[in-house]
Amino acid sequence: MKISKKDVEHVAKLARLRLAEEEKEKFGKQLSEILEYVKKLNELDTEKVEPTSHVVPLKNVMREDEVRPSLPVEDVLRNAPVREGKYFKVPKIIQ
Amino acid sequence: MNLNELTGHEINKLLARKEVSAIEVTEAVLKRIGKMDDRINAYVTVRSEEALREAEEIDKKIQRGEMGSPLMGIPIAIKDNICTRGVKTTCSSKILHNFQPPYDATVVAKLRKAGVIFIGKTNMDEFAMGSSTENSAFGSTHNPWNLNAVPGGSSGGSAAAVAAGETIFALGSDTGGSIRQPAGFCGVTGMKPTYGLVSRYGLVAFASSLDQIGPITRDIRDTAILMNLICGHDPKDSTSLNVPVPDYTQALVNDIKGLKIGIPKEYFGEGIELEVREAIEKAIEALKKLGANVKETSLPHTEYGVAIYYLIATAEASSNLARYDGVRYGYRTKSERRKAKGEMVQMYEDTRREGFGDEVKRRIMLGTYGLSAGYYDAYYLKAQKVRTLVREDFDKAFKDFHCLLTPTSSTPPFRIGEKIDDPLKMYLSDIFTISANLAGLPAISIPCGFTKGGLPIGLQLMAKPLNEEMLLRVAYTFEQNTDHHLRKPVLDADKKIATDDH
Repeated sequence: MKISKKDVEHVAKLARLRLAEEEKEKFGKQLSEILEYVKKLNELDTEKVEPTSHVVPLKNVMREDEVRPSLPVEDVLRNAPVREGKYFKVPKIIQ
Repeated sequence: MNLNELTGHEINKLLARKEVSAIEVTEAVLKRIGKMDDRINAYVTVRSEEALREAEEIDKKIQRGEMGSPLMGIPIAIKDNICTRGVKTTCSSKILHNFQPPYDATVVAKLRKAGVIFIGKTNMDEFAMGSSTENSAFGSTHNPWNLNAVPGGSSGGSAAAVAAGETIFALGSDTGGSIRQPAGFCGVTGMKPTYGLVSRYGLVAFASSLDQIGPITRDIRDTAILMNLICGHDPKDSTSLNVPVPDYTQALVNDIKGLKIGIPKEYFGEGIELEVREAIEKAIEALKKLGANVKETSLPHTEYGVAIYYLIATAEASSNLARYDGVRYGYRTKSERRKAKGEMVQMYEDTRREGFGDEVKRRIMLGTYGLSAGYYDAYYLKAQKVRTLVREDFDKAFKDFHCLLTPTSSTPPFRIGEKIDDPLKMYLSDIFTISANLAGLPAISIPCGFTKGGLPIGLQLMAKPLNEEMLLRVAYTFEQNTDHHLRKPVLDADKKIATDDH
């Protein structure tokens, strides 16, 4: 499985990672090697096998829609890289 | 007697008899950290003053006769991906270098209530992605048995701190072996509980269907005591099991007569190093002498474990790590490139580019690729299907055996730098521990011998889901009849320091 430079650029864009030229080359090579290795799964016929997404039986957990204490706003905002008053501040999204 | 080298249950007795104080124990641990940690680098954060203040409060309670939990007044180290209110929780990543959680993980809240002393936060592979603790933004942790060797990973800081006497015990997290492999490499005991038995609330998510918190200790009794406290249903974790938690200390019985132990032959193939094989064979002989009925068995899909794991874990990680975007917490880029156009996306991209290390980027890329349009069925779905086959192997084996015994790792601790440039080689070092996560099983690593060069070798036991008691019983019996767990690396490390001083 060979990952092209174009594939690497596409995946990096989806993952919101900006890569330098030499990183594109390095990751492309390493990802190709790993994908070559995982191809061994194709040795197995799994047509009739159910996938396991979780090992425990999961069900939706519901609770009454009642007011409960939440974290103080100030505690939460303390970690914000940039804030303004009671808000997280981000760069402009709409021109 | 060095207080920092005792087990938790030994300290508990001394505290109860008022022969030592929590302050004395805490001071002994802090002194050891002061002496050793510039060599070991087990800690990201040490809470010297706060820990002593907590110890002082505990001593007052003990003086008043309010000795409650068996963990009261005992220092613990917490892996730096488990949230501690007001104490930096970095995941050994630049992107969370200054993150102070506004809340405690459920396990931390339980420990706090029990009066445990929080010594500090331990180093790890960034976001728990790695097998050597070399992928830390704050430098590698070194193995206390040989400072040129890796301590294993990703809970390498926790395991090294326990081995080096820099804490009494620790918590780690295990997604593909991250508690057991470093415990094996550092000559200590590490348990990964059944998936869902310990709440993941406040554990920074890596691969949500695999992650589990567990104890790293100096002996099995401490494992049982910590398990008693950290296990149990938590409404804040929707994957948490609502099952009764037994008193695990009741499982500490020195008797394995008639127990059936399976040896999966796939774990003894070509890749295993001779000294590891010999140590495991010796341990098997010891267990036979103690009355266990040991027989070979088969887990035919073992060889697919690494491939399944690196598709599923990376897919889940790519989704979980999307939250690090420089908006609500952690690092945000100072780059001005965003000024040019489409400012928000540029901010995300530069923040993540500057904030994540190479291994994390590699796994996000792999996971994103495996989930992307056109590839989902071939990679992620295929891996989930083979995961089912791995589980079925175990279901079948546990019809015939009470537990399974394997090496924890195929090799002894490797040298720092040896595998860091070859991701696939590094991934393959987890081959023996990954299956337990894929199947959600409980598993434990205990010390079972040493190489000629004095490096520890770990033995792994696996059991049916929720059969932690079987693991504790077999491990306890082995421990009571051997002395590997009593060997300490202090001489080697201390000698090195003494030599360097001259």
